[in-house]
Amino acid sequence: MDNKLIKDQFFQMLRIRKVELKISELYPEEEMRCPVHLSVGQEAVAVGVCSALQKKDIALSAHRSHAHYLAKGGDLKSMLAELYGKKTGCAEGKGGSMHLIDLEAGLIAAVPIVGSTIPIAVGSAWGNMMQDKSVTTAVFFGEGATETGVFHESLGFASLHNMPMIFVCENNLYSVYSSLEVRQSNKRNNIKIAEGHGIVSLKGEGNDVSSVYGVIKESISIIKKQKGPVYVEFDTYRWLEHCGPNDDDHLGYRKDKEVKKWKINCPIEKTKDYLLNNKLADEKEIQTVSLELDDEIEEAFEFAKTSPFLDKKHLYTSIYSD
Amino acid sequence: MRNLKFFEAIREATAISLRDDPSVYLVGLGVPDPKGIFGTTEGLQSEYGADRVFDMPISENAMTGVAIGSALVGMRPILTHQRVEFALLSMEQIVNQAAKWFHMTAGKKNIPLVIRMIIGRGWGQGAQHSQSLESWFAHIPGLKVVMPATPYDAKGLLISAVEDNNPVIFMEHRWLHNTFGEVPKRKYKVPLGKANIIKSGKDLTIVSHSYMSIEALKAAMIMKEHGIDSEVIDLRSLRPLDTKTIIKSVKKTKRLLVVDNGWTRFGVSAEIISSVTEKIFDELKCSPSRIGIEDVPLPSTRALAVHAYPTPSKIVKAAAKLLGLQIKLSKEQKKSDPLDQPDQNFTGPF
Repeated sequence: MDNKLIKDQFFQMLRIRKVELKISELYPEEEMRCPVHLSVGQEAVAVGVCSALQKKDIALSAHRSHAHYLAKGGDLKSMLAELYGKKTGCAEGKGGSMHLIDLEAGLIAAVPIVGSTIPIAVGSAWGNMMQDKSVTTAVFFGEGATETGVFHESLGFASLHNMPMIFVCENNLYSVYSSLEVRQSNKRNNIKIAEGHGIVSLKGEGNDVSSVYGVIKESISIIKKQKGPVYVEFDTYRWLEHCGPNDDDHLGYRKDKEVKKWKINCPIEKTKDYLLNNKLADEKEIQTVSLELDDEIEEAFEFAKTSPFLDKKHLYTSIYSD
Repeated sequence: MRNLKFFEAIREATAISLRDDPSVYLVGLGVPDPKGIFGTTEGLQSEYGADRVFDMPISENAMTGVAIGSALVGMRPILTHQRVEFALLSMEQIVNQAAKWFHMTAGKKNIPLVIRMIIGRGWGQGAQHSQSLESWFAHIPGLKVVMPATPYDAKGLLISAVEDNNPVIFMEHRWLHNTFGEVPKRKYKVPLGKANIIKSGKDLTIVSHSYMSIEALKAAMIMKEHGIDSEVIDLRSLRPLDTKTIIKSVKKTKRLLVVDNGWTRFGVSAEIISSVTEKIFDELKCSPSRIGIEDVPLPSTRALAVHAYPTPSKIVKAAAKLLGLQIKLSKEQKKSDPLDQPDQNFTGPF
């Protein structure tokens, strides 16, 4: 294992966790007035996938996009300003938390209509193919999206034209409060569904950043060798409520035992233990970087809070392109 | 001047767009098949290659997303549907995605995309192959909606639509495909959002679009024989809507009749009459009037379907009422009312 890489992945996950927890902490101030779908607990998939991609590669996300955006290199200040609805936001406040975008970082889209970015990702892969551009496209979606029709249509077309892309399914077991059991037959197997479309399918450990990274690296080499898409699936778990800053375990829709099991399987703690056990970092270094991250995040929140809103006249701008 | 059929004008505009811009590509179910979408795409694959002109799986929703995604990375897709109704499967991508991207990215990403949809009518096509749903699309900020009525406009508007940097819904009435008209060979553009006065007159303004503009024009000719001088405006685009041309005309004629290509209720006619009455109510000599498809699903049988659509006779009657006149149509004049085909020479496919 690449020592520098795993350390870097650890701090990226830590940074995402800290950002999300800070949003959770400050959300009650009611200044971030847009829905937030926090990624706490799911950092390893975002970081594992994006650290295996190059900057020029493209990623698309869905409603729970903060981790993907940050892992792909999206600007933190622009993201927070977007949540605060400010002019300095990545979409000048017109998009909100569910429409993060950073073109320079290659995070070209995030939308909350479940499944909708999947065909758009196929199209961006196709468009790059038609222009002979060597770009890999990765699209993140939850297991809920595999229940949409457009998911299956997209797999079919991506396979037909051998698109250089990775379908990344993050299975966090719940769609809002609805468990997998009430949505998908226990006889169903998404890996086999993708394989049925002629797509190579892999599975990794969703809370193990190295496993995720390895699966994506393997996917990229499959794409290069076989010229076709790859479907990958990772099990993971969201710690907080579907939408909002709190945990909602009091509602009882998830068993305590299950929540506990997944929290023990924390992607960040797990990687931290690895770093410490293998003497790749010590507590002091982690503490130092952690404090630096706190400073960066505090500064970014300050930036977002003190940024101006758009003027009223901008209600009528950026509707049609010239 | 050279005459072309409407479908040939569409094909020519598509060929010019493919020829002049390597980022343009064409995709749709049946695009390269032997019939080539009623001739509109015939031969284009052999001319421009299988890497520019594509067939597609019956996955309308995904394929619309695919077109959007490709537009995001620099392509300019033209996506076709043989009937409007098939595009309904892709409403999510059209309304939530294509229409909104430029806005929700604060102008960072635009979607240059043309979606062709064909409106059917006649030969018993019935409830799911004959719907005029243009007002659905025209309702959405972020979309443009274009509906040519002549071969000349079909070519010029399609070239403009492909060059436009926004998602454009390009709706073709199947009964227009075989109409003839002057079409220059050269590349030219008809601007989006500009209505066309296809007949000038002073007694009343008739506003229409798509195939109904042809019927309105026929009605205007009949009225002329009865001494009524009507002005006929063909909208050409529903969004942007050229209210300026409409208002200028109504200011002159003081009377307004809207002949809607779609259902009368909650549609284009409501928008136009509201836009006029909000601005120049005091200048009207009488209440505006409208006529469109009856408030029913379209039945298959010609015995019923014939009564659902506005016809030149019905348009004349509605116009005469606005003027406080009664016009008795001759047998010859009533002959221009179609039954279930646009004219005797048109034998399908529908």
